[in-house]
This record gives sequence, C-alpha cells and structure tokens, in this order.
Amino acid sequence: MIGYALRRLASLIASLVVASLVIFTVIEIIPGDPAAYMLGMNAQPDTLAALRAELGLDMPKPQRYLTWVGGMLRGDFGISYTYRTPVSRMIADRLWVSLPLAIYALVLSTAIAFPAGIYAASRRGKMADVTVMGATQLGVAVPNFWFAMILVLVFAINLGWFSAGGFAGWDEGYWAVMRSLTLPALALALPQAAILTRVMRSSLLDMLGEDFIRTARAKGLSARQTLWRHALRNAMIPVLTILGLQFAFLLAGSIIIEQVFSLPGLGRLVFQAISARDLIVVESVVMLLVFAVITVNFAVDLAYALVDPRLRARR
Amino acid sequence: MNIRHLLTASAVALLAGIGAARAEGSITIGMQLEPPNLDPTGGAAEAIDSVVYANIFQGLTRFTSDGSVVANLADSWDISADGLVYTFQLHPGVTFHDGSAMDAEDVKFSLDRARAEGSTNAQKALFAEIADVTVVDPTTVRVTLAAPNGNLLFNLAWGDAVIVAPETADTNATNPIGTGPYTFVNWVQGDRINLARNEAYWGTAPALETASFRFISDPTAALAAVMAEDIDVFSGFPAPENLPQIAADPRFQVITGSTEGETILAMNNKLPPFDNAKVREAVSHAIDRQAIIDGAMFGYGTPIGTHFAPHNPAYVDLTAASGHDPELAKKLLAEAGLADGFTTTLKLPPPSYARRGGEIVAAQLAAVGIRTEIENLEWAQWLEQVFKARDFGLTIVSHTEPMDIGIYGNPDYYFQYDNQAFRDVMAKLTGTTDPAARTALLQEAQGIIAADHVNGYLFQLAALTVAKAGVRGLWANAPVAANDLSAISWAE
Repeated sequence: MIGYALRRLASLIASLVVASLVIFTVIEIIPGDPAAYMLGMNAQPDTLAALRAELGLDMPKPQRYLTWVGGMLRGDFGISYTYRTPVSRMIADRLWVSLPLAIYALVLSTAIAFPAGIYAASRRGKMADVTVMGATQLGVAVPNFWFAMILVLVFAINLGWFSAGGFAGWDEGYWAVMRSLTLPALALALPQAAILTRVMRSSLLDMLGEDFIRTARAKGLSARQTLWRHALRNAMIPVLTILGLQFAFLLAGSIIIEQVFSLPGLGRLVFQAISARDLIVVESVVMLLVFAVITVNFAVDLAYALVDPRLRARR
Repeated sequence: MNIRHLLTASAVALLAGIGAARAEGSITIGMQLEPPNLDPTGGAAEAIDSVVYANIFQGLTRFTSDGSVVANLADSWDISADGLVYTFQLHPGVTFHDGSAMDAEDVKFSLDRARAEGSTNAQKALFAEIADVTVVDPTTVRVTLAAPNGNLLFNLAWGDAVIVAPETADTNATNPIGTGPYTFVNWVQGDRINLARNEAYWGTAPALETASFRFISDPTAALAAVMAEDIDVFSGFPAPENLPQIAADPRFQVITGSTEGETILAMNNKLPPFDNAKVREAVSHAIDRQAIIDGAMFGYGTPIGTHFAPHNPAYVDLTAASGHDPELAKKLLAEAGLADGFTTTLKLPPPSYARRGGEIVAAQLAAVGIRTEIENLEWAQWLEQVFKARDFGLTIVSHTEPMDIGIYGNPDYYFQYDNQAFRDVMAKLTGTTDPAARTALLQEAQGIIAADHVNGYLFQLAALTVAKAGVRGLWANAPVAANDLSAISWAE
C-alpha cells in the first residue's frame, strides 16, 4: 500500500511541474497587454511603461516563471494586476463559494443517485426501473444552465423563495449562504445525478450477473442481502471514478452556473481575469485547479485500493 | 485584514438589519461590470467611476447630470486675463473619511501626482498644460499653465482628477478614502460593494443611509434580479430586448437617456483603399443608421453624423450629409476605381453594439460591393491588434470619454486621421475660454470630420436605467459613468 501511494505521489509531482510550464507558456503567448487593458484608450506611452514596470511585466520571461513558481511554493501567489490585492486572498475568497457549492452539489447528486440507482437495479425491467431510466435520460440530455433558468423562473421570480442570484457572503451567516447556494447546487446536481444513477445501476447489474453472487444466493442469502453485502461494494469502483471526475468538474466547470446566478466563484474569477489579461491570476487559479484535479485523482486512486485489496498488491 | 473583517462584519450586520426590512434609507444598484479596484486615478475602467465618482471621491469641479461643469471642492476660482493662472478658493472645513483635513496641500499633491513622470493616471493628457501648482494658503491653490487651456475646469471634473490624501493615495485601490458624501464599508469581491452615508460630510447630507452596488454580468441574470426585486436600480441595463416587458410592469420604471458614447464604424485612414476620401464617403452612404439602431440596439440610440454627443448644446446634426444612399455609394466606389468593390476586415470587440451591429453593417456594406471578413476579438486583443498595431480595415467601437473630438487631432490615433486644418481648430479651441467662441470652434471641428468622412458615424449609445417605481433622482443621461447617490431618494 505504501509503495503504491509513493508511486502515485511521484507521478502527481511530475504532472504538476509539467502543468506549470504549459500553463505559463500558453498564457504568456496569448496576445494582449494587461497594462493597455487597464489604462484604456487615452493612455500615454510613458504611463504604460510606468505601469508595466510597476507590475513587473518588464522582467524577462524565464525570470518571471521562476518568480511565480518560487512564490507559489512559499504560498505567495503574487498580487493581482487589476485588483491590486494578493491573489491568494482572492482565490481563498472565491474558494469559499466554489468549494461549498461543489460539495453541496455532490452531496445532492449522490443523495439522489445512490438510492435511485440501487432501486432501479433491484427492480430491473419493471415499471420503476423504466421510470427512473427515463428520468435520467432527460437529466443527461438537458444542460444544467437550462435547469438553472427554470429554477430561477419558478423559485425566485414566481414564488420569491430564493433570490435570483448573488452570494450573501459568509458574514451573513450559514443560512444566508445555504439560501444563495441551493438553487445553483440543485442545477449543478441534477445532470450529475442522472449520470451517476445510470453508472450505479449498470455497475450493480453487471455485478449481479457474476458467479459469486450466484454462490451467495445458493448459500441462502436473499436477493436484498446479496445486493447490499456483496454486489454494492464491488460495484463502487466505476462509481468512485465518476464521482472523482464529477467533483473536479463541479469545482472548475461550474462557470456557466456561476454566471447565471452571478456567484463570485473561481470559474468567474478566471473568466474575468482572462478578459482583463490579469495573467498572474489566470496562471495561479488554473494551476490551483490542476492541483485540485490531480489531488482528487490521487485520492480516488487511493480509494480504489481501499475498496479493492487486489490493487494494493499490484505494481 | 483582520481589522477590516471585524469592521466589515459589524457593518454588514448593520446592513443586514436594514436590508431585511427593506428600509427606504437604503438602495441596491445593479451594474454589469465590477470595478477592478476603487482608485479612479489609476485605471481607465468605467466601473470604478460608476461606484466612486461623486459618492466617495470629489474633485475641484464636477459634472452634473446634464454634463455641465460646476464647483465642487473649489467654491470659486479666478482666471487671470491671459488665461494662464487659475486661483481656486477651496471649501473650508472639508475632511477626508479618515478624519484628516482636506486642504491646499492635498490638492497640490493630487495634481502633481497625476501629472508626474511615472504616474499611472490613465488620462494624464488632462493635466498636460499644468506647469505648476502652488499652495497660497490652506484654502487657496494657484494652478499655473504653460499655455492657456479653455478645458481646464472641464478636465478637473473627471474622475481621474479627484483629490486624494498623500497618506491614503496608495491604498485607495482597496480602501478608498475621499471627501464625498458616502464612505466605503466593504467589498464582497465578485458580488457587491457596500457604502454608508458619511455623517461628517461637508455638504448637504444625502437622503439614503446606505447603498450597495451589485455586479451581475449576465443579461439574463440581470433581468432575473430585476424581476425578483433583488435590486432597486440597474444602471446600464444590458438586455434592451426586455425593456418593453419591464416598462409595462407597474412595479418598475425605465429611464432612457444619452451617454457620452459615440459609436462609430472606424476606418483605417492610412490603409488603402480607405486613404481615398471617396471610399470613406461611400462607406458612410452605404450605412443605414436607423436599421443598425433598430436591429442591434432594439431602437435605443440617437443617430449621429459626426463625433459629438447630441445632448451637448454645441452639437450640430450632420446626419443628412451621410444619409443612407447605396446608389451614391456605388457611384463613389466606381469613381475611386473600385467599381467591383473590395474586401476588408471588420474587427469587432465584445459589446453587443459591436457584435450585433457588425453583422448588420457587414450586410449593408455587401449591398454596395464591399465584402468584409468579420473577426470577433476580446478587448485585450482589440487593444493590441486594432488600437496599438492598427492592423484593421474597419472596426466598430464606442468612444465613451466626454468631449473627445480632440482625438482627431492626433495623427497617430488608431484611425490615423491626419489633417492640419483640424489641428489648427483644436489649437485655437484650447486657447479659447469664451463660451460662444468655443461653441463656434467645436461646430467647425464637427463639420470638418463629417465632411472628410473620417469614420462612419453610427449612433450615440443610450443610457438605459431600470428602477423600481418609487426611486427618485436618478440621472437620465450619463455624461460620466457615475451613479450619483446624493440625489437619489425614495418617493413618499
């Protein structure tokens, strides 16, 4: 188990180094001068030069790369060009929106998908199974921003239970935050739940066809007992993979939902920073997201090993 | 950060109490763009002025809702007979939000800082003629010019010329300290900025106790926020297609006015064939302004025939000189030796006036034989390719700075118009302080660029404000990107 974990860790570090190089190069290649964006159409050449020097944009690129990476290792992500505040604080602020939102959505999606998937598998071919599968078909086909707009229309504009968007801020208390995040989390969770339900069901059905299940049944266990004691644990591997992918997606890919609900999350921060050519913010946030995705994958790899003892022995 | 959070928490707790009751002493104003920071002297982003202008920061003079310039921190001024020396009498007893006194030293500091070498003021040209700023006594400042400048009082009204204190100038980006009727409370980045009434304000106390600015960039989300009554006012409403629906709802009012944004089809005057005046004239006549206003802006916008705001008293309506006439356009192209038309680029920045307007312009140009390759650019790319490298044939952009006809006097400006006669008029204008003579010169300048068809003049961008029916005192026009809170109140 230790050796397995160390090997995964080494590949994690190598991925991070490569990612940092690629991110820096790609972002530096994009045309557009942050100083020109900030100072607009009437700026004079000497003003632009002064601002570029102030932002450190006149340094050679290799030096800027090393400064950036060195800073990140010490936990210093630099100062945003346009916002003039430390990038680490901006990321932390946004993370306090994106992370709870991703977790909330993930909890909702598993809370819907696990029972639905297990139920559908246990009623295979019956009316209940057909209904659940039909609903998931719809959930997979409909994009989440459409759900979002419908939710706003019904619950914010017509019923007035929630605000149509915005984020109250943690200073307003726990309930205010939950209120701000419920509709977006639901919009994010529904399509994810649909996918997860289908994976759960098909994975369980695969397992139920295996020889060991027949043995368990032959031993005298009921259908329900075999399902819960034997099939479910073995069916978890594909489900965990999808969950890991979904969490990464929810963290980094909720930009459209953030836009629809005007939530100040990470996705919108990147979007704003790209259009303002706030390179340091873009680089740092993308790097953080890469780090998050790689770490989640690492955690999922370890979780496989916990669920499946055979993986611990394999090299 | 900790202290700020503590302050924030208490202030927010206060706001929450007020907000929950929807007390009429507070207002929530929606805007599409969030300011990158709150220092109006260090960036060109309009959203900065939208929050801080006249609310947090003030200058010696200021703009009013009709675009005229009035006294602000300066009570009065004397101008020497040769127009070179301005002596400002400051309002006595003015304090900054941190309690320190605002005096002549602060004025000298602010103006010197803006015009200094290495200054990062986005509008440094406003201060170009200033040769010296002298403190006479704590409430008297003498500004000496190198050459007469009839625009000085106008220039000093810009957000880029506000008075800041030396102690706080460097932190205004995140914690703005000014002299205005509202103080900065906190900023939930990505969501809102909260302001509170300055109880120590030197002027008339405003009606509203607190105000928040909320940032909603998506047009659909903006509509949802208005319909759900999350916000009281949305200034610069981004979904004009929904205005009839809002106007028909008795809960809301729609206010339409004019901005300083001359929206033009800019032509690269140095790039063949646009170096030929006949070709530029042909482009002007190929365009049907009303069709663009109706199609791209849902009917909101005023046609213009030159680079000047129609709400300005000195405006001359020259739209007839470049009326829609495709036959004339074809004839002019033939005279220029381009009877078969030509192909050029049409580079479009992100705003909907450009993207939607661009499609219509392209179709209208195609009707007279001018084929365009449309290229959609982000702002940063547009600044790089079009504005800096001048690598374009045509582009659509709105020039939002007030009274910016002077850009035609700079042959290096991106559309590269080079005309000595025009520059002479501008030089005369700078040296003239008499209002009637200035109006005559401005009208002459408008005529020159219209006659030369420097650019295709499309329309003046409309200022679209949506508000709850009970809100009073909102500016209809936007001579400067500002939401002047001190005038706003709720109807009884």
